Amino acid sequence: MHYRKRNEMYNQYVNGKIPKTSEWPSLFNSFWVGGLICIIGQGINDIILELMPTLAEQTAWAYTLIILIFIGSFLTGIGVYDRIGKFAGGGSIVPITGFSNSITSPALDFRSEGIVFGMCVKMFSIAGPVIVIGFVASTLVGLLYLII
Amino acid sequence: MLTYLIVFFVGGFICAIGQLLIIKTNITSARILVSFVLVGVFLEAIGVFDKIASVAKAGINVPIIGFGASLTKGAIAGGQAKGILGAFAGGLEAVAGGVVAAVLFAFIFSLIFKPKTKKS
Repeated sequence: MHYRKRNEMYNQYVNGKIPKTSEWPSLFNSFWVGGLICIIGQGINDIILELMPTLAEQTAWAYTLIILIFIGSFLTGIGVYDRIGKFAGGGSIVPITGFSNSITSPALDFRSEGIVFGMCVKMFSIAGPVIVIGFVASTLVGLLYLII
Repeated sequence: MLTYLIVFFVGGFICAIGQLLIIKTNITSARILVSFVLVGVFLEAIGVFDKIASVAKAGINVPIIGFGASLTKGAIAGGQAKGILGAFAGGLEAVAGGVVAAVLFAFIFSLIFKPKTKKS
């Protein structure tokens, strides 16, 4: 159809005009910020194992993640994490601190609508799908392993 | 020192993939998180996650991939140990600390701090 062809040409024109180079700084920023958050995590894990050498590896990681979640939540509370997010994009979303941010941020924003129906409900507006999909997929895998 | 270098590059690489998805497809952060959790579930299900984690350590444990992997690891281990109930309970048991921590800190900090007015 005629309008399809026109739309296609328009899209081609737009795609030609979008500056491609601007993607690279944001990729680079998310790379080094994400890498840095992981290094901080490794540092915390090493310190925990240094202080408590008898701890099982799995337990040490659990503590590490809880500390990172605390940091992510706190930085969200004081408004720093959103600034990191604007700068680093994926580098701030993908680490566990981003998961923590995704819970604290809506909780903070909807605090004014009440504790139960504002804060507690909106808390899971982003993390909810993550937890649901995680539960469903992992339980299916666990059941699958029982059958095999 | 080498460990930290590997952690940096693996972790950074995973985050850059997330950013690439945002640039190329404009998907929301919830979808990014969901996809990475599924990647973690898949890697753990085929038994590859532990091999990567033994080298990359925090590089793969800190990204949300690790969350999906420990959910799955818990579900599989629970299933082997306690049968069907274990498969249902194991995943949540494995990540309970992190999830509760995230909820608890979110609760406390939203009571303490006021939302920042967004200047744009």
